Amino acid sequence: MATDAKPQHEEAAQPLVSRDELWEARYHRNGFVALFAILVVAPAVVYPVFLMNALCFALFACAFNLLLGFGGLLSFGHAMFLGMAGYVSAYAARSWGLTPELAILAGTATATALGVVSGLIAIRRQGIYFAMITLALAQMVFFFCLQAPFTGGEDGIQTGPRGKLLGLLPLSDSTAMYYTVLAIFAFGFFLIYRIIHSPFGQVLKAIRDNEPRAVSLGYRAERYKLAAFIMSAALSGLAGATKAIVFQQASLTDVHWTMSGEVVLMTLVGGLGTVFGPVVGAFVLIAMESYLSELGAWFTVAEGVIFVACVLAFRRGILGEIEAWLRRRRHRR
Amino acid sequence: MTTLFGISVPALMGQLLIGLINGSFYALLSLGLAVIFGLLNIINFTHGAQYMVGAFVAWFLLDKAGLGYWWALLLVPIVLAAVGVLIERLMLKHLYKLDHLYGLLLTFGLALIFEGVFTKRFGSAGLPYSIPDKLSGGYNLGFMFLPTYRAWVIAASLVICLGTWFMIERTKLGSYLRAATENPSMVQAFGVNVPRMVTLTYGLGVGLAGLAGVFAAPIYQVSPQMGSSLIIVVFAVVVIGGMGSIMGSIVTGFGLGIIEGLTKYFYPEASNTVIFVIMAIVLMVRPQGLFGQR
Repeated sequence: MATDAKPQHEEAAQPLVSRDELWEARYHRNGFVALFAILVVAPAVVYPVFLMNALCFALFACAFNLLLGFGGLLSFGHAMFLGMAGYVSAYAARSWGLTPELAILAGTATATALGVVSGLIAIRRQGIYFAMITLALAQMVFFFCLQAPFTGGEDGIQTGPRGKLLGLLPLSDSTAMYYTVLAIFAFGFFLIYRIIHSPFGQVLKAIRDNEPRAVSLGYRAERYKLAAFIMSAALSGLAGATKAIVFQQASLTDVHWTMSGEVVLMTLVGGLGTVFGPVVGAFVLIAMESYLSELGAWFTVAEGVIFVACVLAFRRGILGEIEAWLRRRRHRR
Repeated sequence: MTTLFGISVPALMGQLLIGLINGSFYALLSLGLAVIFGLLNIINFTHGAQYMVGAFVAWFLLDKAGLGYWWALLLVPIVLAAVGVLIERLMLKHLYKLDHLYGLLLTFGLALIFEGVFTKRFGSAGLPYSIPDKLSGGYNLGFMFLPTYRAWVIAASLVICLGTWFMIERTKLGSYLRAATENPSMVQAFGVNVPRMVTLTYGLGVGLAGLAGVFAAPIYQVSPQMGSSLIIVVFAVVVIGGMGSIMGSIVTGFGLGIIEGLTKYFYPEASNTVIFVIMAIVLMVRPQGLFGQR
């Protein structure tokens, strides 16, 4: 994304480790502790199935944010990774009788491969074209899933029992399943955090903010973008594969283009390019979906209204606004 | 003379006709997208929804006001253009200084709103819209049966596409438009009211989508979902053609419709995906699109 769309912070030019960076690291650390403390005790208060659903979508949104928030690439086809991984993992669990962790790995590997192929095609254009190409590729995957014999067409795949993790821990117990999902989410979340703060992530952000300058410094922008796309695809696949195991099914909903739109909305609502934003956005949207489900088509309207409101008046999202407020307060002191 | 080299001529011609019809819609819609993109630098995701609304307005006119197809052809583009002008003035106007992607996100949100409201009101089942009397019936060409209405849609879209091309490439108004696409601030300095031109251009593009909706109403069922699946294909058409030239969008639209029709005859399983496959191939060979510059 171009520089003018980003909330700019004036401290960007300071050398080495500035006080702001130290503050940011402390803010992230406190955030992690708070987030995971809440998630560990949450099933005592909140329905675990809701939490597991929200965690899968939170990981999906974080993976999407890695690409859009830090790579500046808007993909409108991320549902293909979520849905395809879900199909493969459900199929592997049912027809090949794989244990859950192997089924999830199979789904993730499929999404990664799909990410390589679609990334190589989509990366040839930028900006708006990139969005349209990913959308078209995802639609192709949707038709494939609709027609391919192994996906069960309109019916989808039902896996039956969840099986035992590593052949030992029965996941039919919802507590065991919840902490497994939490562990997978934590793994994905920390991985993304590490990617963002690695030298690779710094170059990615540099390309996002000013591609010609990054290229003139000798970085091969295409490779960085492709790598970010593949990582995002793989982690979206991890989310989709886990979701299929949790709900014991895979269906066309997860490959439909509306799902691609939903993950954009989650990221936008939570805060584009923030570390915690997509998690917040996913929880907000999934909560809305669970409690407003009887509204039917009005929910689509509500989503549309939130989209419009976010773009017109609320571009930083929930976490973006909070962070901006914290920064302002800190600088006043 | 019904089979030739083992190919059933009436069936093949039938698929070609369907391909040409689809191609007319691809051309009309991608033309509107290209005109809007040229001046606003926004990809209008609402285009499919606006096409759907156009079909619904035609249905309303017939059902509630008793105004038939010919009135709809005249009134629907005006109504839709007015809706477009409102959207541009109230919302899109504020986004021109931001990244182009925000325009895409906003229009996507609007598409969800339109689709949701119409789904809530009319459900997912389609409403019938009958073919006007003057255009019903058809001709027997000996090797196939040609329904009059379908011939009319193909001819009328061709005329409208070529008319739009003529207006943009050959008239004075069009030259202002092209100049503003190249360098808006310079054109503004020459005393042309560029913001108003931008508003009217968006209105024109949306009006074209509405007109396509009226054409579609008697062929497909009028339903809230009719736009969303079409618009994704049209996006692929736009990527293949490249948004650089008006004539390019027209040729690509009709061409891909024909290819899709042929695929439906020779290898029906791939008919849904053939355009996306072509898109992938074009991107590998010529990333800027067949008619794109740069």
